[in-house]
Amino acid sequence: METPITRHITATAVARSTRARAVSLIGPTTVACGLIWAILQPYRLTILHPRGQGVWWLLLEPPLLVAAAGVIFALVVARPLLTDLEAHNAASR
Amino acid sequence: MLPHAEMVHWAFAAGILLVGLCLLCEAIVGQEVWRMRPWRKYLWPGIAFGMGVLLWPVMAFFTNSSIHMYAHGSWAEVLMLAGGAELGLVRGRLTSPLWRLTWPLAFAVTGIAFIIHEQNPWFFARSAFLHHLLGWTFLLGAVIPLALAWKPRSAALQTCFALTIVAVSVMLFTDRDVAPIFGHLSPLAGPQHR
Repeated sequence: METPITRHITATAVARSTRARAVSLIGPTTVACGLIWAILQPYRLTILHPRGQGVWWLLLEPPLLVAAAGVIFALVVARPLLTDLEAHNAASR
Repeated sequence: MLPHAEMVHWAFAAGILLVGLCLLCEAIVGQEVWRMRPWRKYLWPGIAFGMGVLLWPVMAFFTNSSIHMYAHGSWAEVLMLAGGAELGLVRGRLTSPLWRLTWPLAFAVTGIAFIIHEQNPWFFARSAFLHHLLGWTFLLGAVIPLALAWKPRSAALQTCFALTIVAVSVMLFTDRDVAPIFGHLSPLAGPQHR
């Protein structure tokens, strides 16, 4: 059965949505990696036992750096990129 | 007051991770969409160039031997060269695609410097293992940017390049000053640090 409001999703459209999904997943996946690392190796987080630690130990904590990179990437790069990808897709339709 | 060497590695790992993620995104969406906003095309070449500049203070303050000074100095030079060439290419000031050969050069020089300046065997300690691993990753990985110089639009090669950069950042994040590697820690390496 075919209705007038049903339209076929072309292979190109599927590829576009896959691209958008992939871009939107990169940031959260990176943040998740950092958080999982923090849970698996909590001793690498000096913020959990800050007494007597130097400033560098408190500033540079690898799991938090990974999570921070993910957050920065998601907000600064991925979000405007998704807007542009959508605009580009709309223009090429 | 100076941070430990491992902390410097982690800070650079964060910058390298950002470069890798940007490259991965560019590979996914394509150059046309990536360059829709003017600032974005300068983003990862700019971070790469900036890290090259920051490697100079690393060379100055973390030099415990001549060979370390040569290694850090050569990384600073090739990273600035490759990042600067990429900035010139995206800006349009440089037009020859041969400038893209600065990336395989940077990879090869970095790999050789890593391998040469690590004088201990693979399982001496974690840092020794990572130096060897990073060295060979860069040296063998130089094939990818070399291929990209000839096929710059290849999404597969761009993805491989991005994932190599991400892998390098993961290796740098796992670095510790004195720590075992797969249960091995030479008594000559000193007491475990943390």
